[in-house]
Amino acid sequence: MRWESWSEFWFMGGYGLYVWGSMGMTALLLLLEMVQARLAHGRALALARAEKALENS
Amino acid sequence: MTMRWFYYAAPQTFYGLAGRLWPWLAALALALTLAGLWVGFALAPADAQQGEGYRIIFVHVPVSWMSMVIYLAMAFWAVLGLTFNTRLSGMMTRALAPTGAMFAFLSLWTGALWGKPMWGTWWVWDARLTSELILFFLYLGYIALTSAIDDVRRADRAGALIAIVGAINVPIIYFSVKWWNTLHQGASVSLTRSPSMAQLMLWGMLLMALAMWVYTLAIVCYRVRTLIIERERHTDWVQALPEVAGAKA
Repeated sequence: MRWESWSEFWFMGGYGLYVWGSMGMTALLLLLEMVQARLAHGRALALARAEKALENS
Repeated sequence: MTMRWFYYAAPQTFYGLAGRLWPWLAALALALTLAGLWVGFALAPADAQQGEGYRIIFVHVPVSWMSMVIYLAMAFWAVLGLTFNTRLSGMMTRALAPTGAMFAFLSLWTGALWGKPMWGTWWVWDARLTSELILFFLYLGYIALTSAIDDVRRADRAGALIAIVGAINVPIIYFSVKWWNTLHQGASVSLTRSPSMAQLMLWGMLLMALAMWVYTLAIVCYRVRTLIIERERHTDWVQALPEVAGAKA
């Protein structure tokens, strides 16, 4: 481990804004993509269930 | 062998296969990400010239690679789709596009955040940056066009043309730093010479790149299943799926 403290880690030798701005945006978009994929899958399944209910009625 | 490929190219079979694959791929992607972040942020030393600021490389290079690889994968599926007219091809191309667009955006975003402290500017109209911006627009164009056409098979064919024609841009991005005098540095890793990076830096970057690869495979497996359900929801096999039929059936 090459960091003396957490504050030194977050400071990133003065490049904190740039390094964490890059990592943060990447983490955020990956998370959003996973949430979106999950919601879309739920919607598709609901659509298929509605279709089935319609055919059975 | 050929029979086997077409067997898995049937949406019904691929739905099951992708469903079994994605959880393992997602777990592997998470493990690789944690390993890559550990090597990149806990073990790798500071750079002689860029200090700690160079650590943007651990995300910038992987997302940039993926933005190009995914476009080539889309072009590959587009060619298959136009040649064999298989249903799965169009769905694969569409499942890849949002992730590719996201990686292209992240490439530009992390590049800007790296350019500002090192070059003194967020953006410059240089060959590498401009061609990557065009790649981002190609993804957006593909998504806009395919979602604007209601008939899915026609939309797939129109999208396939963008995917194939736009693929010309990918080698332009890759070789731009050689062909033109650019502000962007040359390749850090190449097959013909030893990498110009310290070993730990290289390992951190390669682990992160592998993590993004596996993540892409996982999310595409997941998303293609959504598309299969959407498009085949009228069929008996979809209606008979436990997740559709439910416990009552």
